[in-house]
Amino acid sequence: MSEKTGSVLVVGGGIAGVQTSLDLAESGFKVYLVERKPSIGGVMAQLDKTFPTNDCSMCILSPKLVEAARHPMISMLTLSEVMAVEGEAGNFTVTLKKHPRYVREDRCVGCGLCAEKCPSKVSSEYEVGMSQRKAIYVPYAQAVPMKYAIDADRCLWLTKQRCGNCKKVCPADAIDYEQKEVIEKLNVGAVVLTPGFQVFDATRKREYGYGDFKNVVTSLEFERILSATGPYQGHVVRPSDHKTPKKVAFIQCVGSRDEKVGNPYCSSVCCMYALKQAIIAQEHTHGLEPTIFFMDIRAFGKEFEDYRARAENEYGIKMYRGSRVASVDENPESKDLTLRFSSGASEVSSADFDLVVLSVGLEAPASAKELSDRLGIKLNEFGFCHTGVYTPLETSRKGIYVSGAFSSPKDIPTTVAEASGAASKAGAHVFMNRISIDDVIKDVPEDDVKGQEPRIGAFICDCGINIKGTVDVPSVVEYVKTLPNVVYAEENKYTCSADTQELIKKKIKEHKLNRVVVASCTPRTHEALFQSTIKEAGLNMFLFEMANIRDQCSWIHMNEPEKATAKAKDLVRMAVAKSRFLEPLSKSRLGVTPSAIVVGGGLAGLTAALDMAQQDFHVDLVERTGELGGRLNKLFTPEEGKSPKDYIKGLIAQVKASDKITLMMNSEIEDVAGFVGNYKVKVKTPEGTKELDTGAIVVAVGSEEYVPKEYMYGQDKNVVTMNELEDKLAHGHFSSKKVVMVQCVGSRNKEAPYCSRVCCSKALKNAIEIKKKHPETEVYILHKDIRSYGFREALYRQAGELGVKFVRFDEGKDPVLGKVGEHFEVIVEDTVLGSPLLLRPDLVVLSTGTRPNPDNEHLAKLLKVPLSKDGFFLEAHMKLRPNDFATNGVFLAGIAHWPKFIDETIAQASGAAARAMTIISKEFLETQGIIAAVNDDVCDGCGVCEPVCEYRAITIVGTGVPDKLKAVINEGLCMGCGTCVAACPSGALEQKGFKTSQILAQIDAALEGGAK
Amino acid sequence: MSSQQMAQAEPKPAEAGQFEPRILVFCCNWCSYAGADLAGVSRLQMPTNFRVIRTMCSARVDPEFVLRAFASGADGVLVLGCHPADCHYIGGNYRTRRRIALLRVLLEQYGFNPDRLKLEWVSASEGQKFQKTIKEFDAMIRDIGVNPINEE
Repeated sequence: MSEKTGSVLVVGGGIAGVQTSLDLAESGFKVYLVERKPSIGGVMAQLDKTFPTNDCSMCILSPKLVEAARHPMISMLTLSEVMAVEGEAGNFTVTLKKHPRYVREDRCVGCGLCAEKCPSKVSSEYEVGMSQRKAIYVPYAQAVPMKYAIDADRCLWLTKQRCGNCKKVCPADAIDYEQKEVIEKLNVGAVVLTPGFQVFDATRKREYGYGDFKNVVTSLEFERILSATGPYQGHVVRPSDHKTPKKVAFIQCVGSRDEKVGNPYCSSVCCMYALKQAIIAQEHTHGLEPTIFFMDIRAFGKEFEDYRARAENEYGIKMYRGSRVASVDENPESKDLTLRFSSGASEVSSADFDLVVLSVGLEAPASAKELSDRLGIKLNEFGFCHTGVYTPLETSRKGIYVSGAFSSPKDIPTTVAEASGAASKAGAHVFMNRISIDDVIKDVPEDDVKGQEPRIGAFICDCGINIKGTVDVPSVVEYVKTLPNVVYAEENKYTCSADTQELIKKKIKEHKLNRVVVASCTPRTHEALFQSTIKEAGLNMFLFEMANIRDQCSWIHMNEPEKATAKAKDLVRMAVAKSRFLEPLSKSRLGVTPSAIVVGGGLAGLTAALDMAQQDFHVDLVERTGELGGRLNKLFTPEEGKSPKDYIKGLIAQVKASDKITLMMNSEIEDVAGFVGNYKVKVKTPEGTKELDTGAIVVAVGSEEYVPKEYMYGQDKNVVTMNELEDKLAHGHFSSKKVVMVQCVGSRNKEAPYCSRVCCSKALKNAIEIKKKHPETEVYILHKDIRSYGFREALYRQAGELGVKFVRFDEGKDPVLGKVGEHFEVIVEDTVLGSPLLLRPDLVVLSTGTRPNPDNEHLAKLLKVPLSKDGFFLEAHMKLRPNDFATNGVFLAGIAHWPKFIDETIAQASGAAARAMTIISKEFLETQGIIAAVNDDVCDGCGVCEPVCEYRAITIVGTGVPDKLKAVINEGLCMGCGTCVAACPSGALEQKGFKTSQILAQIDAALEGGAK
Repeated sequence: MSSQQMAQAEPKPAEAGQFEPRILVFCCNWCSYAGADLAGVSRLQMPTNFRVIRTMCSARVDPEFVLRAFASGADGVLVLGCHPADCHYIGGNYRTRRRIALLRVLLEQYGFNPDRLKLEWVSASEGQKFQKTIKEFDAMIRDIGVNPINEE
């Protein structure tokens, strides 16, 4: 086995595993993506919408799944599990067990006839048991790979040698009952674990009646109920009688923050998903009244607090704050439910509901223990993968990394940021063995078809009986033969099968075809396959067109065979008409500068720079001040035995020692020109302006700490910020007897309506530090919610145990600080007692919020990237692209994006480095084929197109002729949407592959005969 | 639901001689075309009288395309795109929304019933909405009647 491996193993095919795989593959590494289930997608594939943008989950996920499945650098190994990992970082030997699918992947075309005829019904895992699937199945309609699998325990043939229907009906002869388990060995340089999580088993909370009462459902079940593809087609109905509920209760913290069930931690995501589900349910069903029963609302993420406010104020979702709901009882006749919960200090109230949703928490995946044993990695006290605050992506074994919910419960954007981060860490073990994509895909020389009369070959697919069962395929073939320029047409049982690909190539040669039309299923899944086939035959891949006569014809007109056949003919005629106008397109290759610029020398910037330097890339690090380390320089209280200040000192030393990193202190970005892979950046330094060429830019400029104007800060030396308290504690300047900490100073108010995320946990950490060093000192924390999410909930518990007192005040009723003589007086309206509380501390500590840098706007303009409404940098997509900007080649990390903890910042910084390395590791970048183009003869430079482009790919430039301007497309930036083309008033713009002439030909063909 | 059960739910074929509208549907690649595919995967039955043209983004739909379709005898044109904020190309669908609104005004000025042109959002998971949109649009066009160009 080779010691020079450029391969990485990724274990788990949810969004984390898919992101890690894509980032590694795009950086030139071979990836083995191992998934236990028959298909990838994970829990995200089950979700209806995602907070806080209410994006359709499947819409944003499935392009990534398809991309991973198609990627030439990714081998997807489904139904597989890791049995052992031997060796060491850089050279692991992985033992893999591949379970039989009993369906040959190379033959199965996903037609589904087998499942239709299968008599054995099994409860569907994807629908969380709310509907049934067959023993031969794909987990969900959009599954990747779209290959059926047999559930061996439920198959009549495999259990009793009876039935055999699937084998009888499979038109592709794909069923193979004889498949056996296979053991495989792989050589990889690093491993990334992304097995995700499992949801809490709600039957363990007996008092809520889940499993006994039909109308008590878990949040994952409710997610399926909300989904248009779910058991009730997206109608919100209750399971008992399929009636629309009016009053719906959401019970929070089911299996979270609950010592009794062994899960003392907070699951981090349930508050937000409950708000989302309440909003979506109400959008589905007018008049629905959701009530959320919660302890604290933990809306700490980017724009989460706005989302919460909208839920309450615009949607009128009732929020009931209190202790945990005590019990749920069912009315045996109506199946309505009664909740009992405490109200006020000691009273018990009850309320009736039609449906109850249990917001179940996240637990370590079932496979955690097994993975720990087989791979020799440590789990933490909660059963999740052990990581550290300064090593958030590292397991206890060198060369094995983790991302996503396996290391702690977390939301999708945090998971995706980590997933990219883990790719960076894993890449560091294999970077010396990068593979160029040219070594994987061998290019065939292209025939020049310019000037040739179109010679169109059409391949019409039966798709077994999927098309042929409805559409008279032979008559379509005969019809197609009569169309102008069609020189060849034939019927295929499966046009997508491997043998048909060879046949297509043969026919291209035989009949000198210079256009190919396939009439079968959807281009979304199959266009790439046929394009690569014709490419192998020497045709330009863009000389291809598809007609969708299955998904959009035979399947939706099953009982009108004649009309469906006529429609299929029309659809093929339209495709042929367009294909006549197709032109060979080239993807130009643009060289790449193999280095990056990191803007900002704090934790995020230093981490990103080091990650890239570790993989041998040059980095220019631009820091505005004269000091590296940013805000960590002011954090002294140890975390996991080490103070942030000490940690950053070590990091600074590493950066200074690196010969790959050029430090530019007291420097600022002055100008940015160019585009992805080829930026030219001017940096103003004390020695004058320097011009740098760079492939990618990472924005890690951090943020500012709010300087309080309130609470006598700056007037009285005994009013300090939390950072100043850390300084006092660390340097022996602390001697107070009674400390009052005030939370949300400069957060969650009119001026800054967002939550600064870290202040609650930071207050807890320092309260504990005080109590440990000075047990006699009294500590009060005045707060709105305690948002110690994830495992930081342990701090909340520990602080309480050490005697720290918590006083909750309401929004808009901030505590009042006064001074009587030498003494402070703090008056706070205690919401639990319902009366004002007077405290006389000798030290007041303000938990100050985070503010975006005031000059973010300037940098954003230079980089042509947007800011969020709160003034932080706005990423390309809030859910799935937390490290990217919409501008290609510019990336984002750290508090510049949103307030976050040290571990989160490190993970995101590594993530931004990984994303940047997907660019700078390439020798060249390929432009999209279907980009916009300008006809210089027609363009008069009016400029309408310029502001229309979301990617700023168009600039209006002079032509040399006075007063004559023209538009120029930057091919590196154009994404090929065609928006500008439709906006162009003179017809000077065109979209290649979707030219006006091509689309008009389709329109004319669709309405052939013209006006009747 | 089996395919047979599905089939029972499908609309009755139009009676002979009855006006059969010709409908052109523009679908964006990322959401609506995927939604149309999902309708197929879910075997949702619907009228046969529409033809889909795929563009990468609904914002590629040039007003010229719509006018050409009506001039060539289309009785109705549907433009389907991603829901607001879901656009694969950031904000293409917002431009589509403005363009279609203007185009409807223009159609009215030409003496065309503007309801012959409709914009709708269909996401990749809304196979049912695709079906519903097609059915409702078909019914509406049947009400409005034949494209006046075809009557001459």
